Amino acid sequence: MPNMSPKKNEMPTQAPDVRNKNFKEVALGYMPETAIDEAKRCLNCKHKPCVAGCPVKIHIPAFIEKMAQGDFEGAYEIIAQSSSLPAVCGRVCPQETQCEQKCVRGIKGEPVAIGRLERFAADYHNANCKTAPQKPESNGHKVAVIGSGPSGLTCAGDLAKAGYEVTVFEALHLAGGVLVYGIPEFRLPKAIVQKEIDTLKELGVTVETNVVIGKSTSIDELMESGFEAVFIGSGAGLPRFMGIPGENLKGVYSANEFLTRVNLMKAYKDEPSTPIMHASKVAVVGGGNVAMDAARCAKRLGAKDVYIVYRRSMEELPARAEEVEHAQEEGIIFKLLTNPTEILPDENRFVGGMKCVEMELGEPDASGRRRPVVKEGSEFVLDVDCVIMSIGTSPNPLIKSTTEGLAVHKWGGIIADEETGKTSREGVYAGGDAVTGAATVILAMGAGKDAAKAIDEYIQSKNKE
Amino acid sequence: MFKIVKKKELNPTVTLMEIEAPLVAKKAEPGQFIILRADAAGERIPLTIADFDRDKGTVTIIYQIVGATTKHLNSLNVGDSLTDFVGPLGQATHTEGLKKVAVVGGGVGCAIAYPVTKKLHNLGCEVHAIVGFRSKDLLILEDEFRAASNKLVIMSDDGSVGEKGLVTDALKKLIDSGEQYDEVIAIGPLVMMKFVAKLTKEYGIKTVVSMNPIMIDGTGMCGGCRLSVGGEMKFACVDGPDFDGHLVDFDEAMERASMYKDFEKHAYDAECNLFQKEVK
Ligand SMILES: Cc1cc2nc3c(=O)[nH]c(=O)nc-3n(C[C@H](O)[C@H](O)[C@H](O)COP(=O)(O)OP(=O)(O)OC[C@H]3O[C@@H](n4cnc5c(N)ncnc54)[C@H](O)[C@@H]3O)c2cc1C
Ligand SMILES: Cc1cc2nc3c(=O)[nH]c(=O)nc-3n(C[C@H](O)[C@H](O)[C@H](O)COP(=O)(O)OP(=O)(O)OC[C@H]3O[C@@H](n4cnc5c(N)ncnc54)[C@H](O)[C@@H]3O)c2cc1C
Ligand code: SF4
Ligand code: SF4
Ligand code: FES
Repeated sequence: MPNMSPKKNEMPTQAPDVRNKNFKEVALGYMPETAIDEAKRCLNCKHKPCVAGCPVKIHIPAFIEKMAQGDFEGAYEIIAQSSSLPAVCGRVCPQETQCEQKCVRGIKGEPVAIGRLERFAADYHNANCKTAPQKPESNGHKVAVIGSGPSGLTCAGDLAKAGYEVTVFEALHLAGGVLVYGIPEFRLPKAIVQKEIDTLKELGVTVETNVVIGKSTSIDELMESGFEAVFIGSGAGLPRFMGIPGENLKGVYSANEFLTRVNLMKAYKDEPSTPIMHASKVAVVGGGNVAMDAARCAKRLGAKDVYIVYRRSMEELPARAEEVEHAQEEGIIFKLLTNPTEILPDENRFVGGMKCVEMELGEPDASGRRRPVVKEGSEFVLDVDCVIMSIGTSPNPLIKSTTEGLAVHKWGGIIADEETGKTSREGVYAGGDAVTGAATVILAMGAGKDAAKAIDEYIQSKNKE
Repeated sequence: MFKIVKKKELNPTVTLMEIEAPLVAKKAEPGQFIILRADAAGERIPLTIADFDRDKGTVTIIYQIVGATTKHLNSLNVGDSLTDFVGPLGQATHTEGLKKVAVVGGGVGCAIAYPVTKKLHNLGCEVHAIVGFRSKDLLILEDEFRAASNKLVIMSDDGSVGEKGLVTDALKKLIDSGEQYDEVIAIGPLVMMKFVAKLTKEYGIKTVVSMNPIMIDGTGMCGGCRLSVGGEMKFACVDGPDFDGHLVDFDEAMERASMYKDFEKHAYDAECNLFQKEVK
């Protein structure tokens, strides 16, 4: 008999006014009983609408059925057939616009908490499974992967399982991409990412940090040195700024810089030597996940007032619903329909305030969203001493400019076949944010998976000839 | 891990280290830099590639002890290893087509100016090197510069070595005496580069400066190294570090460089205390 409660089982969390002062994980995870109870809300629909909402097509009703029976390891095994980072995706997927949006239970109440169940199964597996993965027998073929974000890690993992000798090249000193330098500890504990990377190593993948492709070595040199194929998963690139006066004042950060200092360099702890500004009034400009993370980090570093300044309304806010909710609970102030026009200096040339205008929503634009227009005479100054710009990225030119014949879009993203990740260069595949522009973990992972399959087929067929 | 194979004190605050880093050495060109972390809790700091030996697979860095990280780096010795060492980063200095160049170096900036001086000299370009220091005991790389230039002028603030005065005085004198340079390359403290650029602008001589804003990743991800050049936003780690000195907004760069002053003072003192503890 299914559980017909219209509401999801609540996710236990740290209390808002406790957690906004620490960097420990906010959402604590279900207990086994809660997981079973939630799993029983699934109707095991024949036509599985939820599966169509998942970019990697996890067999959702099948894994939830196992969970309802208390067979968590069995549930994990079903998820693992389609996803290589379930502990990550269960935490950071925008479920409300993907799997859960399609769930029939959502019509008259809340959808099944698919993401939370996925997280539970993955955490259960990580805590209880003691058998290390077996290093498969090598097929003697070498593949290089550029970048160790979710796309690169997934591609490397799938190829290694198929017997390839895979080397991942990472520019930074730590592997994980945005999962380690962008998304904060309180949302995605770094131990989870490290575990995924350790698993890859056990599968025989070599991870070479401190190698910048396009500088330390190039794709052509990798191919010459015996790599038969290359996957580019180099991520979204350089932060964008607004082009308004004052953006180079002291106390203006890009979200990438702010988050890198906090997450990768651990500036929130006492010992590490990387500095970070502990501002008291912070404005974060933008409305995506990145903006929410920057705002919540600023709060945790001790800021009294933290504002999200976004030019459209709550409805258009692109961040995951759960992050917006958590941010509000933690005391982040949302200044919606507001757009900055200038950052003002104080007497020491630090940020002294931010001039803004109020906006109204006009006619829909090309993206279908209503276009914000300036409200006449609405100018005001927001009292802040730090501004974090979080308005997107533009592609990094390093790889493109050093790889002859690699076609890119006008906006700089690498052109790759949607199904296979194949680029204009033979043997070179690409996926994730480097191809799509800033997107999501699950899409990057899916792209890495598709490319791994295509690379396998490419190398197999090439060696048959 | 990247092993230290040589360490030499050039003056009381400036040290040279040769590091085993074959991949970096293979590609390094004058004008490029590396980013290192001395240990796993360390800050990422950028340092210019002062020299390299492709056969030995080593890279030389020369650093001034200014803060916590450089102080810690200086506590390491031959045989110790650095945790991270990535490069070569940034664009190499353009040297094509240059026939006569004045290289102006200030303080530890001379370490950055030396490799390009040597390269130009090897390419057969006539090089006049003007190097400035606060005083005699801070003078570095004198023999190296002498060997790699057609003319070497040493300046010091107090006159204890070479001539008393600023590097801009020496450059002006040379230009006024009729020397015609295709280009001036100026590397040193921001104020020095600002005034060299101001001077050469009056004479209409193209001037390249090497900018050293605060950096983190050095790969074009964080945007921390941004500068205003000719009214446009540039990222020193991917677009630079060399820029047209007549277009750089030096005042803004100087402001941004001072952003963490207080914090760094604190970290430096903490590191010093740590050393005192260790000594006891
Ligand atoms: C703060 C923040 C929060 C986010 N929150 C969410 C969320 O809640 N949910 C969600 O689904 N998505 C979220 N995203 C988006 C998601 O993280 C990205 O879409 C995803 O990480 C993209 O994966 P990727 O593999 O394409 O690249 P990345 O994760 O960006 O990894 C690329 C890696 O390549 C390396 N690299 C780059 N150039 C080179 C080179 N030349 N040589 C060697 N290595 C190189 C980089 O250093 C990096 O490690 C967030 C992003 C950010 C920044
Ligand atoms: C491309 C590039 C090349 C460089 N090459 C050299 C070199 O060859 N030799 C050398 O001695 N130094 C060089 N620097 C400067 C060097 O990176 C800094 O001195 C170093 O980061 C200081 O670290 P710290 O922790 O010891 O000092 P901190 O305590 O971090 O800083 C001490 C002082 O140095 C200043 N400072 C901090 N970071 C930087 C920075 N990135 N650049 C300039 N000043 C900074 C601060 O304003 C402060 O006043 C270079 C910088 C760049 C960006
Ligand atoms: S991977 Fe994401 S979209 Fe797919 S089922 Fe899990 S939470 Fe839903
Ligand atoms: S749509 Fe909802 S109820 Fe139906 S199978 Fe999927 S998760 Fe279960
Ligand atoms: S140092 Fe981060 S973009 Fe240049």
